[in-house]
Amino acid sequence: MKTVLVGMATCGISAGAEKVWNHLLKLVEEKNLWSEVKLEKTGCIGMCYKEPLVEVRHDDGSKTIYGEVDVEKAAKIFELDVLKGKTVEDLVVYDYGKKGEADLFSKQKRIVLRNCGIINPEDIDDYIDKGGYTALEKALFDYTPEQVIEEVTISGLRGRGGGGFPTGKKWMFTKMSPGEKKYVICNADEGDPGAFMDRSVLESDPHSVLEGMLICAYAVGAQEGYIYVRAEYPRAIERLKKAISDATERGYLGNNILKSSFNFSLKIKEGAGAFVCGEETALIASIEGKRGMPRVRPPFPAVSGLWGKPTNINNVETFANIPWIITNGALKFASMGTEKSKGTKVFALAGKIERSGLIEVPMGLTINEIIYDIAGGIKNGKKLKAVQMGGPSGGCIPAELCDTPIDYEEIVKTGAIMGSGGMIVMDEETCMVDVAKFFLSFTQKESCGKCTFCRIGTKRMLEILTRITEGRGEEEDIPKLYELAEKIKSASLCGLGQTAPNPVLTTLKYFLDEYKAHIYDKKCPAKVCPALVKYVIDPDKCIGCTICAKKCPVGAISGAPKKVHVIDSEKCISCGKCMEVCPKDAVYKE
Amino acid sequence: MVSSSKEIKDELFSRKLRKYGNERGAVIPLLQAAQEIYSYVPKEVISMISEATKIPQSSIYGVVTFYKQFRLKPVGKHIIKVCQGTACHVNGANEIMKAVEEHLNVKEDENTDDGLFTLQSVACLGCCSLSPAVMIDDETYGKLTPDSIRGILDSYRKNEGEKK
Ligand SMILES: Cc1cc2nc3c(=O)[nH]c(=O)nc-3n(C[C@H](O)[C@H](O)[C@H](O)COP(=O)(O)O)c2cc1C
Ligand code: FES
Repeated sequence: MKTVLVGMATCGISAGAEKVWNHLLKLVEEKNLWSEVKLEKTGCIGMCYKEPLVEVRHDDGSKTIYGEVDVEKAAKIFELDVLKGKTVEDLVVYDYGKKGEADLFSKQKRIVLRNCGIINPEDIDDYIDKGGYTALEKALFDYTPEQVIEEVTISGLRGRGGGGFPTGKKWMFTKMSPGEKKYVICNADEGDPGAFMDRSVLESDPHSVLEGMLICAYAVGAQEGYIYVRAEYPRAIERLKKAISDATERGYLGNNILKSSFNFSLKIKEGAGAFVCGEETALIASIEGKRGMPRVRPPFPAVSGLWGKPTNINNVETFANIPWIITNGALKFASMGTEKSKGTKVFALAGKIERSGLIEVPMGLTINEIIYDIAGGIKNGKKLKAVQMGGPSGGCIPAELCDTPIDYEEIVKTGAIMGSGGMIVMDEETCMVDVAKFFLSFTQKESCGKCTFCRIGTKRMLEILTRITEGRGEEEDIPKLYELAEKIKSASLCGLGQTAPNPVLTTLKYFLDEYKAHIYDKKCPAKVCPALVKYVIDPDKCIGCTICAKKCPVGAISGAPKKVHVIDSEKCISCGKCMEVCPKDAVYKE
Repeated sequence: MVSSSKEIKDELFSRKLRKYGNERGAVIPLLQAAQEIYSYVPKEVISMISEATKIPQSSIYGVVTFYKQFRLKPVGKHIIKVCQGTACHVNGANEIMKAVEEHLNVKEDENTDDGLFTLQSVACLGCCSLSPAVMIDDETYGKLTPDSIRGILDSYRKNEGEKK
């Protein structure tokens, strides 16, 4: 029997995996090869930049992954590899024998992503075959709840949702809170723009999250749980629903789990599109059916959470680590990483790098190792400028500090934060003032409006940044930004406001020159801010095709056919249309 | 025709209301159900939910306006969500947005004149490695250029034309 797997997470499907899948299905059907070929859907292995991916596995254990597969290539792979056992060399992206994209995997250590892209996420047996639900069994029958918490504490696992709070400690607080009824919530809101770790895990290995939640529920004494997923992730919701119903059917969820006295049931709540709902107290309000407003803590959810009952909230990735820790032992987990940051961390790599996708690395690896050794360096041979970590709560780490190791405390020293794991790599063509403005406009829009400094302060900061990018910056703008940042940080109620100024502060700290160029020279060095760039036609390249003149929405381009054209910079609105349509790349920015 | 399909929708929603109406925390799932059925949250639905849950209408309006997901106005047949996330921003989301606006002659949060499309922006689609990305209904498209998104929009229009 040969197995053919197609990567069908959202990333794969949006790259065209469904067409490939349907074609393979047709081929197997036409030739009636069901007894010889097994077709399987799988999740995301992390090689998003090579999607759609097709893997062929033979009985002798040989496995080959093909990338950027379309219908034609799928037919070729089927004809040669699946039927005749001949590898299609020119389409191979990885063959597990350290060929192809081996670099991508060589420095990774996969705990959370252990099954992603390998198993069929819609088949509970696939998960069980990989040792799934044995950790639950071990926890239920070999450990007391206290011992489970002890194990998690010793492992050194810290919350992967951003803050990095010790998971064992959090569980202990919930366990110690008086009350019969308790809840466990999985935070799958994944609000950070530029992050997709949680989506990938939910779509590729949903049972690992359920198993982690079950173990947590047993440890803290909860009988009910919720998974709060953002509505923008329809595929993750679908797979979670299936996983819950399969797990219930097999007796892993429900009453008397595995014939023990432990009961636990799970519900899915769909988010409704508000970033602040990722914050614990806001998330709880949202599940209760209210506006998702954060409230003052204490009391912490561990004491008074959902419907006023003790509630333990963890992130998707935190839960996915748990079964591995119980199975392999806390000490094995703690042997990886740095002194205070143990285990591994998943990162969503995106931006101007060669290989964007999902990776998992041991803590302690440096950012440079991730960018150059794993992600293949910067696209098109450009230079690294900065890495944005921690989303809107984080900051930009400049290239010269990219030797910083992946470690909660080390990253905080730069002014950024580990955050949930979005890593956006920026090259010289990224304007840092524009990036700061981007994040500020995000937090400004997402502020729930409860505290004045968060609501109005971010608005004032955004106005200043907008002015600077439009060439109307003033001398006092920089001190004003500092002053507002200080006040917003100290006077806001929840993490959203407290961290909102961070992207501005880190860019001011490391890229002050760029701010000054905008304010004093009215120039955008990265040539991004429309008001500060001038479009020019290179007379040596222009062939007078007249396309740009026809497409210019304001009639700013003049010139006769077959003659060099010119842009009137007085009239030009810097929309960039001419540059987009020029067949000879004769338009450039100045 | 129109009235009967409205009746079906009303019946569908009433069923949801009977099923979840008494549950705690049902307001958001009910609003989500209403939006799925009607494509927006009609005023009557709010008073129906209020009656069933005994929660004042004003609180329900508070919820509707707080969450970006909910709309109080009908939408076009296809909803275009242009990602404005970090990765997409760095890789040219603005140009994609401009291309859609120009090509369909529509602004954010508006419907096209033919009622075919509604244009929205979203914080992040979670497809950052394929940025810039756009979601049309439940389908995600990645690695877009202004040209390719125009092509995709045209194919939707063409499909509609053929159906007619
Ligand atoms: C504004 C704001 C948004 C947040 N969004 C998320 C999120 O989307 N996902 C998440 O897991 N945690 C998010 N958090 C962090 C959570 O409040 C909380 O710390 C986390 O769910 C705890 O889980 P952990 O201990 O496993 O990290 C957010 C916090 C704030 C202040
Ligand atoms: S930034 Fe656009 S999909 Fe994440």
